[in-house]
Order: sequence, then structure tokens, then C-alpha cells
Amino acid sequence: MPNNDDLLFKTLADPTRRGIFESLCRNGEQTVKALTVQARVSQPAVSKHLGVLKQAGLVSDRHEGRQTHYSARRAALAPLTDWTSQMNNFWQSRFDDLEDLLKRMDQ
Amino acid sequence: MTEKSAETLSVTVEREIAHAPEKIWRALTQPHLIAEWLMKNDFSPVVGNRFSLRADWGSVDCQILEIEANKKLIYTWNAMGLESVVTWTLTPSIRGTQLRMEQVGFRPDQRQAYQGARAGWPRFFSAMEQLLERVD
Repeated sequence: MPNNDDLLFKTLADPTRRGIFESLCRNGEQTVKALTVQARVSQPAVSKHLGVLKQAGLVSDRHEGRQTHYSARRAALAPLTDWTSQMNNFWQSRFDDLEDLLKRMDQ
Repeated sequence: MTEKSAETLSVTVEREIAHAPEKIWRALTQPHLIAEWLMKNDFSPVVGNRFSLRADWGSVDCQILEIEANKKLIYTWNAMGLESVVTWTLTPSIRGTQLRMEQVGFRPDQRQAYQGARAGWPRFFSAMEQLLERVD
């Protein structure tokens, strides 16, 4: 799970990507073309961002004719918005680092 | 998860670690060692002492509540105006030490404040939260 969270962090750290995701949450399913109009970056750039979002499980796509429609998968955010799982992930990774440190320390 | 019904929220992480309690104790209580696995700090092992943990996203204010060398360490964990308590328990085991960390805090009414106060975390947390509030 920590790795999965890292991926979510990295994916949403980019403001353009976050903007695209936010637009999909707010306005529902959209095409690349519609998203490009709002994003103020080129269509290939938007496509690339959507690919990264899809890889992180944050969006899903649906093909219809020559168009691809994208929609947000808000459930993917759950690990980030739940305190218990956030802190659990935090401590699990701290324990990993603690164990690494113990290996390096003298007896 | 019992977080909806319970008065407090808690997180427990427990691992058996192949090192003696005395060695793990050093890693939990010596500032330069704490910095290696947790955060930069000004920890000193005296009951009542305050210290802070610092990371690039902000800091955590702590106060030591209880120390029992090589066995137990308890401190408050105050981040973004809300307090929780972190309890470390070290129990000797066959392989070395059973290390347990329990963090307890936040009554349900405090959780609301926590949700609002979380802007101090990496910025997208707040952005995402606002977003989710709007969408729901």
C-alpha cells in the first residue's frame, strides 16, 4: 500500500494533472478534446497526463467510435483521505526505515 | 475499522524485529538516530520535555509522557492543532523484540477540525478535500 500511495502522491502533485482530475470529478465524463480546452496545454500533453492518471487508477476510459471518454475514479482517493490508513501507511514506512537503520547500527 | 463508532481513532503497527530491545531503544530515543528513520528533532529523554519533529511538509509538536528504559515510551503527537498519543512498547521475543506502536487520538468532534486543519499537509490534500466536498 505505501507504494500505491506514493504513486497517488506523485500523480496528483502535478497541478495540470490535478486540474484534469478535478474537472473530471466536477463535470463528469469528458473527451480529451473537451479537457484540452480547459487545461490550456496541448492535446498530446493532456493525453499523456490522462495516461498517468489512468495508471494510478484515478481515471478510467471508455472508447466510443473514434473518441475516448474519460471519467474520474474517486474511490482511488480513499487511501489519501482516510486518517487511519494514512497514519498506518506512514508508520509502516517508518518501521521499514527503522529496521534499515538497526541493520546499520553497531550492537 | 471502528473509527465511526469509537470515541477515539487508533492506529497500531506491530512487528517482530531481529534486534535487542536495548538497541531499538537507542534508535527511539537518540536524536541523531531518530532523525534517520522518523524526522529531524530535538528529542531528549526526560518526562515532561517537549520536542518537535520537523519535515518539509511541516512539524509535529510532542511532549514526553512516560519513559521506561528499553520497555516503554509515550509521547503526545500534536500536528495541526490536534493531539494524539503515541505509545511505543518493546517486549523481548525469541527473535529479538516485539515492537509495537499505537497512536490514539481524535474524538469524532475533533476529526471535523482535523479535516479542516489538514491544509498544512502537502497541498493537494486540501485541494482534494475541497474537491470531494464539492462533488458530494
